[in-house]
Amino acid sequence: MLDVPHATTTDQSETQFDLRKEAEAAGITDTLQQLDRELIGLKPVKNRVRQIASLLLIERIRQRAGLASAPPTLHMSFTGNPGTGKTTVALRMAKILHGLGFVRRGQVISVTRDDLVGQYIGHTAPKTKEILKKAMGGVLFIDEAYYLHRPDNERDYGQESIEILLQVMENQREDLVVILAGYGERMTSFFASNPGFRSRIAHHIEFPDYAEAELLVIAELMLKERGYRFSAAAREAFEKYIALRRTQPFFSNARSIRNAVDRIRLRQADRLVSDLNRMLDVADLETIDPADVLASRVFNGGAAAERSVKA
Amino acid sequence: MKLTQGSKLTQGCFSYLPDLTDEQITSQVQYCLSNGWAVNIEFTDDPHPRNTYWEMWGLPMFDLQDAAGVMMELAECRRVYGDRYIRISGFDSSHGWESVRISFLVNRPPQEAEFELVRQEGAGRAIRYTTVRKPAAHASQ
Repeated sequence: MLDVPHATTTDQSETQFDLRKEAEAAGITDTLQQLDRELIGLKPVKNRVRQIASLLLIERIRQRAGLASAPPTLHMSFTGNPGTGKTTVALRMAKILHGLGFVRRGQVISVTRDDLVGQYIGHTAPKTKEILKKAMGGVLFIDEAYYLHRPDNERDYGQESIEILLQVMENQREDLVVILAGYGERMTSFFASNPGFRSRIAHHIEFPDYAEAELLVIAELMLKERGYRFSAAAREAFEKYIALRRTQPFFSNARSIRNAVDRIRLRQADRLVSDLNRMLDVADLETIDPADVLASRVFNGGAAAERSVKA
Repeated sequence: MKLTQGSKLTQGCFSYLPDLTDEQITSQVQYCLSNGWAVNIEFTDDPHPRNTYWEMWGLPMFDLQDAAGVMMELAECRRVYGDRYIRISGFDSSHGWESVRISFLVNRPPQEAEFELVRQEGAGRAIRYTTVRKPAAHASQ
């Protein structure tokens, strides 16, 4: 009577399927196109997402054709450097899975170690279960999953949380999808010490770093969302900015670009306000001038260089 | 009020029907959650109709999206208290309601509780009735 998952089974098995219509009905074409448009770069990620979406679609059709179909294991792990879009893709993934009817509600519960692991004996299990219950019917996104396991302290409560997670991941595969995310190397050592996790996750997706050209497109997309645009000279300046920023410490891909864009907006506002004796037009308000970009300390060798001068 | 049907205790919704299957319970719970009601699991070994104070299994579940979470708790509760009565109730906290909207049994002990109505004659031939739990069946056999 209510929204039952996998509700597309019919009495007599069908034999012919219009694939295009099926894909459109499931909303795959839309979702994948949107993914292509809104996420810059990330080729391997997009390929994997497309593969998963195709599998889910075929699985659904197989079910209707009366062929054997086992619910696929959908747990995933996303590894990659900071700011490569792991969280963004996780949110998108929930939408795709929901559209295909493989999760029933499509909510994303985003947690870290603090939400799962308790402070004292007997605190962890209820806490982890509470989160799992909330995530049922949707996606549980565990950011920086390696913090769950503390190899230096064997009495750490993280292990208890891991065991509960594994049990639910195995027994209630059709009720929720778990996505683990974290930085590459640390995830590898996390999986090495928890082989149970590695084998229960079907999709290990690696997020590559962005190329400079991709970062520029991302910056322009971000500016467009906020109602700004680069002037031609500013665009060139920003290209230089990206090339320099990438070589400096603590560079975190799209996140650094987002912060840079926010600071550029500050400088642009400051530049406009500094001269009160003029009339502004719309073009002034939305255009980023090269001066706004070039004032960044990245061009003076970055934050580290500045600190060493002061010291 | 009829308290039992045959040897089955009747209390709350659906109790004149055959016992709900897990699938049916899931649908009912999903109905509660989609209305935004807090779902509670309660258990007792004293199902007297006047006993409103059943013990709670965990906290009310008001922030779930899907019934699977409740069913997980119910399975756990049945494992521990399978020999007692367990019921699920849905509490509507919205203004003007602020009360339990649905309540139904989801587990019965192998040996059901039985009740009988005892009549007493008081002063001035006044009549009083008391619901008394019969001693467990194995004692009378």
